[in-house]
Amino acid sequence: MTPLLEIDALTIGFGNADPVVRDVSFSLQAGETLALVGESGSGKTLTCRSILRILPEAAQIRSGQIIYDDAKGAIDLLGMPEPALRKIRGNRISMIFQEPMRSLSPLHRLGDQVAEVLRIHRSMGRSEAKRMVLQEFEHVGFSDAERVWRSYPFELSGGMRQRAMIAMAMVAKPDLLIADEPTTALDVTTQAQVLALINKLQSETGMGVLLVTHDLGVVANMAQQVVVMNKGRIMESGQAADVLGDPRHGYTRKLFAAATSIPKVATPARAPAHENLIMELRNVSKTFTLRTTGWRELTTVFACKDVNLQVERGKTLALVGESGSGKTTCARLALGAETPDNGGEVLFYPEPNAPPLPVHNLTGRQRTSFQRQAQMVFQDPYSSLSPRMRIGDTLTEPLDIHNIGTRAERRDKAAEMLELVGLSPDMLTRYPHAFSGGQRQRLSIARALTLNPKLLICDEPTSALDVSVQHQILTLLEEIRSRAGLSYLFISHDLAVVARIADEVAVMRQGVIVEQAPPSTLFYNPRHPYTKALIAAQPEPDISRPINLDQVAQGAGAPSSWPEMFRFEGTSVPALHEIEPGHKVRCHV
Amino acid sequence: MMFLRYALYRFGTMLLTLWVVSILIFVIINLPPGDYLSNQIAELRATGQADGVAKAEFLRKEYALDRPLWEQYLIWAGFAPGPSGFSGLIQGNFGWSFEFDRPVGEIVGDALWLTVLLNLAAVLFVYAVALPLGVLAAAKAETWADYTAGFIAYLGLATPNFLLALILFYYGQKHFDLPIGGMMSPEFEGEPMSWLKVKSILLHMIVPTFVIGTSGAAAMMQRLRANMLDELHKPYVETAKAKGLAPGRLLAKYPLRVAFNPFVADIGNLLPAMVSGSVLVSVVLGLQTIGPYLLAALKSQDQFLAGFVLMFVALLTLIGTMISDMLLVLLDPRIRYGSRGT
Repeated sequence: MTPLLEIDALTIGFGNADPVVRDVSFSLQAGETLALVGESGSGKTLTCRSILRILPEAAQIRSGQIIYDDAKGAIDLLGMPEPALRKIRGNRISMIFQEPMRSLSPLHRLGDQVAEVLRIHRSMGRSEAKRMVLQEFEHVGFSDAERVWRSYPFELSGGMRQRAMIAMAMVAKPDLLIADEPTTALDVTTQAQVLALINKLQSETGMGVLLVTHDLGVVANMAQQVVVMNKGRIMESGQAADVLGDPRHGYTRKLFAAATSIPKVATPARAPAHENLIMELRNVSKTFTLRTTGWRELTTVFACKDVNLQVERGKTLALVGESGSGKTTCARLALGAETPDNGGEVLFYPEPNAPPLPVHNLTGRQRTSFQRQAQMVFQDPYSSLSPRMRIGDTLTEPLDIHNIGTRAERRDKAAEMLELVGLSPDMLTRYPHAFSGGQRQRLSIARALTLNPKLLICDEPTSALDVSVQHQILTLLEEIRSRAGLSYLFISHDLAVVARIADEVAVMRQGVIVEQAPPSTLFYNPRHPYTKALIAAQPEPDISRPINLDQVAQGAGAPSSWPEMFRFEGTSVPALHEIEPGHKVRCHV
Repeated sequence: MMFLRYALYRFGTMLLTLWVVSILIFVIINLPPGDYLSNQIAELRATGQADGVAKAEFLRKEYALDRPLWEQYLIWAGFAPGPSGFSGLIQGNFGWSFEFDRPVGEIVGDALWLTVLLNLAAVLFVYAVALPLGVLAAAKAETWADYTAGFIAYLGLATPNFLLALILFYYGQKHFDLPIGGMMSPEFEGEPMSWLKVKSILLHMIVPTFVIGTSGAAAMMQRLRANMLDELHKPYVETAKAKGLAPGRLLAKYPLRVAFNPFVADIGNLLPAMVSGSVLVSVVLGLQTIGPYLLAALKSQDQFLAGFVLMFVALLTLIGTMISDMLLVLLDPRIRYGSRGT
């Protein structure tokens, strides 16, 4: 049987530089999914985009052949003139992209954007196109297709946007779907549902899917064929079962080693003692009043509600939840960047047995001292370092602000910090653009550490990074925690990351903590449907353990659809009960 | 419905702003010591012309210039009764020009409409030129088309308007037989509207429109180019490309729509810049717009005339911003729904 898509000896380069994709060949059968796996810079995205020639202007395809062969006969895609290729794009081959928000036009209604495909390729009339689009919307799982037709992208959640994007790709019934990291920007539970949707559509239509991803767990759940790429070359390829079951190439093994996963067998841990605290959040709530525009009414929104948390000295407390669950608000409250509603307080204990400092009621001097002792590491290392400041200046700035040491001492401290995070002191005069993503995250950790803080608040410090880099950063955080005696408040949406670093985990949903326990207890004996969904939705790089979608669907839905024991009724929410020592669940008892 | 409410709200804020502006204008005009009449009285006294003094004293009383400033303001604006009852801007009495010895309304009457007409033409010119050139320069960025458009734009920005006016008059007259100076042929002045008069006005407007609009168009074009370039590399453009959309339609439907926002938002800034920027041009070209009157009034402290002209410019600006705000609400659903897209 001739393959649906055959890429042969593809080489792509920029300008006069060495090629960034070298001699890449693989083929994909109809009805099959092929996963192109690699880290950023591996050339996987360039490879998949060269099929429809949606490449950066400077990229040149230097050699190779891409043959596409559906029922209508074989075509040489690379040799095809642009106008003819346009008839293929979105019609016989379509694409979905990584960020559903940025990949949809913010100013056009979804119906218009999706129907456009039919207007271009099927020259359909308005009403007929609308009928087909509505059908497709229902097909991808929208309950109210008519409403989606009228909506703008910003009115939908990330997962819903990606569904609309998939509807746009599927509406012309293509034979090949190219999905470029389609779930990377989504929460795990949403990711599980979107992946299931792609699988379902594939089995119905028999199309081929070329899936680009960096996540071996996603590969295991989706693909029959795997191609592993690194630095523009194919490292290993073959049947998913073989590659994942018995990786041969060193690089593939390295990817496996770096992939974080939830431990398969967990034993319950002892309850945390909560004796020697460094920080405590007591009954903290935060409401925001939204005044959307001058002529609309005010609405009140709960960002978090009745949050009680204790961070133990030298330990790590992790807050886990999807976007919008209120975890970042908690971090901001803990740092004093937001003020809690009346009745809540945040206490900071600078020394064991010392009187606590109320973070939201500090004198000027206390505040300065608190700011020295509590620092933050941010999610995006690309935008959290000033591109116009040398690394040396970025690192010494906290010392300048707090008037610590002489100029020479500050320089020495900065150099020391660079070494601590595994970089070389001669990098002090460089600018951030000269560093990779992982190095930048090391820099922002170094910046946070220059003041010798006691508490580090890490807001998704690894979610913008590649798996292998993520692994390194977590190792670094573990190392400096024990070396510098730090305590962490660690915010993440990824249970697997948390499983590794946390001593205690609080799972948040819609502004409240739904379950709280040490990680091994949580994985050994999860009680709350949402926790179960989070665990179930975590894709494992093992094809014998696919995502349990029923479990995900049960817990990831609206809190009003949870089993009665856990259900939220309107604004009334069950209380958090300690069901065994150190294990709290929000349920009716 | 929501749009109507917004329009009303916006209109309300416009009136409020206009009120604050009126206070500012009145105070600033009265900042220099003395007023037109007290200066004149002093001059008449010095030359011993007693009857002139009597008339000036009468005018001072008549226009309440002998009262405290805040009372003068209230009377001028029409919030309080003056010597002859409520008769201020609100009631449509624009005051008396001492310099020209005629009511302000009579002096500026025709000039108002010609000013509006000329500036409207200039704004249209700006958009008509900037839109295609800006899009072209962005779509063909860093090619000869972009460089040529950029060169012309910088030339337009850098050439002084009055110089451009003189050059254009010379060559316009020489090659196309375009009229020189004025807003219409002298024989139509003061005549009722007729087809020939309209034609004459239109012919006379060609060069001034070009002169007043050039620098605005050049700046606008560069802004549009920069906005477009930012948008062209956004992922949604790739999505549209992956749908199989042809380049021309793609450009017009997606990036241009987004890049259009700042373009529309500029209407408000464009109007006052043109009105005040065109004063010199109007003097050089001999245009009967309000520009030359403003200049004369400011020089001689003719406060009611100056005040009225400034109020008129402020009103144009406010109407411009209001129009652009309402267009933005219509154009951009993110503004309409008050949500912030990320």
